[in-house]
Amino acid sequence: MKKILIKNGRVIDPANKTDELLDILIEGNKISSFKKSLPFTAEKVIDAQGKIVVPGLIDMHVHLREPGREDEETIASGTKAALMGGITSVCCMANTNPCIDNVSGVKFILLKAKNEGLVNVFPIGSVTKELLGRELSPMGEMSKAGIVAVSDDGSSIMNAKIMRRALEYAKTFSLPVIIHSEDLNLSQGGVMNEGKVSTVLGLIGIPREAENIMVARDIALAELTGAKIHIAHVSTKESVGLVKEAKKKGIKVTCETCPHYFTLTEKSVGKYNTNMKMKPPLRTQNDIKAIREGLADGTIDCIVSDHAPHLDIEKDTEFNLAAFGVVGLETLLPLIMVELVEKKVLSLSEAIKKVTLNPATILKLKKGRIKVGECADLTIIDSQKELRIDAGFFHSKCKNSPFIGRKLKGFAVTTIVKGRIAMENRTFVSN
Amino acid sequence: MKLKNKDLLGLENLDKKEVQLILDTAGPFKDLFTRSIKKVPALRGRTVVLLFYEPSTRTKNSFELAAKRLSADTLNVSVSTSSVVKGESLIDTVKTIEAMKADFVIIRHGMAGAAEIVSREIKSSVINAGDGAHEHPTQGLLDLFTIREKKGKIKGLKVTIIGDVLHSRVARSNIWGLKKMGAEVRVCAPATLIPKEIESMGVEVFYDLNKSLKDVDVIYTLRIQLERQKGQLLSSLREYTEFYGITKERLKYAKEDCLVMHPGPMNRGVEISGEVADGNRSVILEQVTNGIAIRMAVLYLLAGNK
Ligand SMILES: [Zn+2]
Ligand SMILES: [Zn+2]
Repeated sequence: MKKILIKNGRVIDPANKTDELLDILIEGNKISSFKKSLPFTAEKVIDAQGKIVVPGLIDMHVHLREPGREDEETIASGTKAALMGGITSVCCMANTNPCIDNVSGVKFILLKAKNEGLVNVFPIGSVTKELLGRELSPMGEMSKAGIVAVSDDGSSIMNAKIMRRALEYAKTFSLPVIIHSEDLNLSQGGVMNEGKVSTVLGLIGIPREAENIMVARDIALAELTGAKIHIAHVSTKESVGLVKEAKKKGIKVTCETCPHYFTLTEKSVGKYNTNMKMKPPLRTQNDIKAIREGLADGTIDCIVSDHAPHLDIEKDTEFNLAAFGVVGLETLLPLIMVELVEKKVLSLSEAIKKVTLNPATILKLKKGRIKVGECADLTIIDSQKELRIDAGFFHSKCKNSPFIGRKLKGFAVTTIVKGRIAMENRTFVSN
Repeated sequence: MKLKNKDLLGLENLDKKEVQLILDTAGPFKDLFTRSIKKVPALRGRTVVLLFYEPSTRTKNSFELAAKRLSADTLNVSVSTSSVVKGESLIDTVKTIEAMKADFVIIRHGMAGAAEIVSREIKSSVINAGDGAHEHPTQGLLDLFTIREKKGKIKGLKVTIIGDVLHSRVARSNIWGLKKMGAEVRVCAPATLIPKEIESMGVEVFYDLNKSLKDVDVIYTLRIQLERQKGQLLSSLREYTEFYGITKERLKYAKEDCLVMHPGPMNRGVEISGEVADGNRSVILEQVTNGIAIRMAVLYLLAGNK
């Protein structure tokens, strides 16, 4: 069995509160030991001196676009982007075409991922058939087939009664329900946050209340049903407050945010920059502050990319016509490093926890920690590595990033997936 | 002095001196209109393309006449809005126009930011003739010109803009221009037609028309789109007229010598009564004349920038 030894890295594992210089030995696809000064017995030795070694990152909110929009992304290209971003597990949303609302869809994703995927892929099934918010999807069958959660992300279940039934049904199969909180009536026609900037630009705004109202409603329904809900991409101060209160009351709610919501505001839309167009929209400085506080006090459990690739022709157009969504797999980690760790919003260990242990716990994945006998998914980070984000930086099929033009610091340099070095020194290693 | 940019996309980013320059340049062009030969050779040999995605005879005629009075060649390109979504993209269309070696592209488009996109893509001078609810800078400028001509100044005047501010590019351009020149600006409409945080543009919001007209020097009425009531923004036009229509009785609340303005086309008997539109306070036809002079000034100054 091939052995890989990672020497002298600063190993951070939030699951056992580890933060020390250790060696890690990988045998086959498993971690066989990790302690100080292991002997040089491996065929491959990685010198991790001065680097940080963490459990492979988990991005629990990704749009891989396959099936249906293979021009934008495929399981192969999306997982390659993940790999370069230091992400070893992704959960892919169900709003593909056709959407993942039945067993064969789930099996298709798993088969494709097995054959072409470069990282672990965990499918998410839809809550309702065709994401129409009308009839429940076969959550039980899909759960057996391998989904880790259900979500109608990309759309919203407007009918509260159907949402109530969906929560009860998901609870039956112990599936968390990931919720894209948007009151579609309030947000109708809107293309950016409603406020000062939308007024000046003459664009139709999406009021923050379109998110807040649905977060409040679904927390109430979670209390009613006892189901587990996970609020996707929290973008407002009020959502953070609602989740915080709900957690205090013991309601089973968790939530996530994305780097753009703790970094950018509506002002970034500037002169109709369509790379700043996503749902929910970029909000204000006050919201950034609340989201950072929510991350620090534990209200916000996870950080995700909400990777949503779109082609140039879908973005190089009138702002009203441009597609919603931004890519994010490859900038998730450096933005956490620059905006949260370097700015002391979170300690390194707390930050890593939000992209490892926390999503693993919410989705009950046997991932997100460094444990002897468990699968060797590891990410080695160079906190000093600097790169400019430009069109040439991306491995995704699309480059619709709101961070183009920025210089970021703190990138994954080596990614190990199931015991295989799949990316080394920022170079892709083929099978 | 010259304008700073190759394009005129809005009044937001123009500075006060540039606004003054345009207004000062328009004066002599207006004087020209009283002569029998109204044409000057300033833009001889230059090509002006009028790219209109929305039907607007008035604005198009005004720009076309302005270009012709400067001896430029003009080309009309009309694209129906319905073909926008399916057909050739805006960027492809303007690149084709640039390939025809147009010196100016004057664009009217239903979506905010369209002129901005065009200006990024091509080297020709771009003039925004109205983009969605964003800006309509030459309208703002001609309104400033009209006010300055009638009142001798803009600074310190009180102006109330009444109507559908939410969807109005004219309102936005006027707010930027008037604030820049030192006027006090109020907006008045039912709350459904007032965009959020409009106060951040430096205006005061009123829902009561009489209060909003107190001591004002200029009443600026916006055109109300007749289909607004279907969008749940109004209950009925009758009710709108009752509360926000400018009538002779309403004028009592404003200063005695106040001006009444309207960007046209008017819905007589809806946002403005026929009596007021044709009355001695109205400068609505003057606005039309001044529009040509302002557009000549803009074309002339931008041509000098090349
Ligand atoms: Zn979403
Ligand atoms: Zn999403």
